[in-house]
Amino acid sequence: MNDVTASETVQAHAGHATADQGHGTATQGHGEGQQHPLRIYLWIWALLFVFSTFSYMVDYFQLHGLLRWSLIILFMLVKAGLIVAIFMHMRWERLALKFAILIPPLCLLILIGLMAIEGAHTFVTRWGAFVR
Amino acid sequence: MAQDASIAGQPTAAPGLGGVAADWSGDKQAFPVPWGKVMMWIFLLSDTFIFSCFLTSYMNVRMSTTATWPDPSKVFQLEIGGHPVPLLLIAIMTMVLITSSGTMALAVNYGYRRDRAKTTALMLATAALGASFVSMQAFEWHKLIVEEGVRPWGNPMGAPQFGSAFFMITGFHGLHVSAGVVYLSVVARRVWTGFYDRKGTYETVEVTGLYWHFVDLVWVFIFAFFYLW
Repeated sequence: MNDVTASETVQAHAGHATADQGHGTATQGHGEGQQHPLRIYLWIWALLFVFSTFSYMVDYFQLHGLLRWSLIILFMLVKAGLIVAIFMHMRWERLALKFAILIPPLCLLILIGLMAIEGAHTFVTRWGAFVR
Repeated sequence: MAQDASIAGQPTAAPGLGGVAADWSGDKQAFPVPWGKVMMWIFLLSDTFIFSCFLTSYMNVRMSTTATWPDPSKVFQLEIGGHPVPLLLIAIMTMVLITSSGTMALAVNYGYRRDRAKTTALMLATAALGASFVSMQAFEWHKLIVEEGVRPWGNPMGAPQFGSAFFMITGFHGLHVSAGVVYLSVVARRVWTGFYDRKGTYETVEVTGLYWHFVDLVWVFIFAFFYLW
């Protein structure tokens, strides 16, 4: 494939990525699949290293309490978002697929909430029975 | 490019919420992407639930135990020149996995450019990084089992649930990485032999990439909740 044409197509496409999602999912024919400029991947790659270093620093400098937990969750969500949106190309998929894949995991919030309540309850009963 | 109105022979799909309704209600395939990609996404969705169950049960046992939870920062520290460095091996493993995710993303890109040599090389590099991740994990397990005396039913440092949660979560993730290394090697060989040129599409490389990025994604959560928390 002619490299110049390919990268031009790709850049024109990236500019309209959100407005023009049909292109990102075109799989037939020659200009197939998810083609995006290398620049995007290299940037995201660098950002992932930066945020991983940040989360390691949270432990290295022994931050504690609310600051530690909020920073851990913040860096985790940023990294997860970058991986799913760019590396896994979710940003360029159609909304129907995004909904089908990203909404069901929200049920897990209910599971986590219930298990947190249950865990706290078990702790209190154990503490009452064995420790006090 | 503007004229590629047909996505698998269908008219250009509408954007936004209207597009969701059209995709689901139209007399057509709901997701205008290769079926392999949809299947992989659905598999990854189910895998998300499996790993979430592991992490949620870990949260539950950690909240409910009255014994102190071993401090992962200390458990996983390494001595470098007499100085203990917290979580050093885990940090290196994290970086290795992110590097492999980057090489995989580039492999997908070069695959769609039909650059067989670069795609194969990048996929093999990804597999090699994955294999080194598993090796480091084996070293870590060995250290924990033999030197620290951690067992699934107890350990000298505190809450007995630490071992079972650790072995289940990292073991299942390591299994995914090992399977991914095999998967990547098979697909890399097919790229090299021109299988996808004959097939006419490199979408399999992207689907393989989805799996590999997911393995990295799971590690992001394990790193945050198990090692840093």
